[in-house]
Amino acid sequence: MIASIIEALQFDFMQHALLAGILVSFAAGIIGSLIVVNRMVFLAGGIAHTSYGGIGLAVYLGLPIFLGASLFSVAAALFIAALTLKKRHRMDTFIGLIWAVGMAIGVIFVDLTPGYNVDLMSYLFGSILAVSTQDLYFMAGLLLVILAVVTLKYRDILAVSYDSEYAGLRGVNVRFFYTLILVLSALTVVIAIKVVGLILVIAMLTIPVYIAEKLSNSLFTMMFLSGAIATLFTLVGLWMSYTYNLTSGASIIIVSALSLGLFLLAYRGR
Amino acid sequence: MPVIQIENLSFAYEKQKVLGNINLTVKEKDFLAIIGPNGGGKSTLLKLILGINTVKQGKIRVLGKKPKESLRNIGYVPQNTNVNTDFPIKVIEVVMMGHVDGKRPLFGYGTDEVLCAMGALKQVGMADFAQTKIGSLSGGQRQRVMIARALCAHPQILILDEPTSSIDITGQRDIYELLKVLNTHMTIIVVSHDISVILEYANKAAHVNKTLSYHDISDKQSTFHTHGNKGHFCEIELLQMLGAENCNTCEEEQPQWRLKP
Repeated sequence: MIASIIEALQFDFMQHALLAGILVSFAAGIIGSLIVVNRMVFLAGGIAHTSYGGIGLAVYLGLPIFLGASLFSVAAALFIAALTLKKRHRMDTFIGLIWAVGMAIGVIFVDLTPGYNVDLMSYLFGSILAVSTQDLYFMAGLLLVILAVVTLKYRDILAVSYDSEYAGLRGVNVRFFYTLILVLSALTVVIAIKVVGLILVIAMLTIPVYIAEKLSNSLFTMMFLSGAIATLFTLVGLWMSYTYNLTSGASIIIVSALSLGLFLLAYRGR
Repeated sequence: MPVIQIENLSFAYEKQKVLGNINLTVKEKDFLAIIGPNGGGKSTLLKLILGINTVKQGKIRVLGKKPKESLRNIGYVPQNTNVNTDFPIKVIEVVMMGHVDGKRPLFGYGTDEVLCAMGALKQVGMADFAQTKIGSLSGGQRQRVMIARALCAHPQILILDEPTSSIDITGQRDIYELLKVLNTHMTIIVVSHDISVILEYANKAAHVNKTLSYHDISDKQSTFHTHGNKGHFCEIELLQMLGAENCNTCEEEQPQWRLKP
């Protein structure tokens, strides 16, 4: 096994895949924790699917895919933030709406692009073996921003997530931090699309978090533990994918789901 | 100077009028009970005092200033603290949310903030639970933590919205005994349904149902006519006595149940 791993790591694309897996998993663990404690899982799913609109647009205009997807999903996040701060009870309707409309826009733009047949599957299920150096910079940059925000603004984020009304009374800008969490989620979803694809991203944002939540007694521990667990799942999933020639994104999710099952069995007694 | 002064206050959500022509003066170290039916406007009145809702008609002065300007002098314990119990957060972290913004360290919390929060926890008898996850506490313990959070900012006024709605009878007593002690150095306002319990501890009562009727109840024997057994009130009677239209027929109606005060 060790020999096969060393052999695999001789390839540039495997090194990139490994590095991307670690960067993205850590970001997903931290942001996934915030998404789960704020009960925004469905929302994150909506943003993930909406970003396909950005992918289609980028293909049509010949822009970098990352840029198109980022701009589009951040716009969707801002739109949702503005709407839900006013009409929280209609949130599910709006999410369902952007979910489908975003994908439809993406499909239409890809149709309109002459002579280019984009590999839809790679965005739906990820293409971690095709990570460029540029992608890695983007991922590392985002992880740094996320780390800076959650350490420097920890208590504000904690206050807004735990009890937003009270946080508002104590002078915390609830609107700002709520929007910030959404925008960071949107960007994390975009980088995670590269690793597991936009359909599977929701599992990456929730399974490690669910395990970490049971083992943590503070949000801070939960965020970093989720990051570590997600990284572990990604590495095992990648190894499985390489060894048995399976789709990497799906392998990562199956490893996560099986581990969750085992964890719950072991945890139940306690 | 009164702690809270409300003059000719009216409030409506869109078109529905919730409060009309409210006048209320709360003095220092009063223990005011706000009672009234559901949907009568009790919580709205609290939200106006706290500055969550904006006053459009009339005037509210808290310690001589507008509600939003004196937020740091008000401690607030919100209704229903049983939500979000899965949240991974330690008791001490919840309490430290009570600090008003001011000097802050770059990371985490300052030593003075931790000490202050521990002091507040000691005051409510929960210091031993500082490192416990909030979700593993009982309803009554959690309510104490929320009171500690409110005390963290050293308020002059403590406002509680239905503080005992999800706590068993002994737990309720404990909370009110704690409020009684706190009342020796701060003004306390409690919105509650536990009418007979609250009236034992409060010295002023305000019945809110669109309008407000105010009663000084510091001398309980002369305020209420009681049913045979001294000190036993029927809840319905109490509501009627404190309500806007005073009821003259309560003596004839048979009380359906009795609550010991």
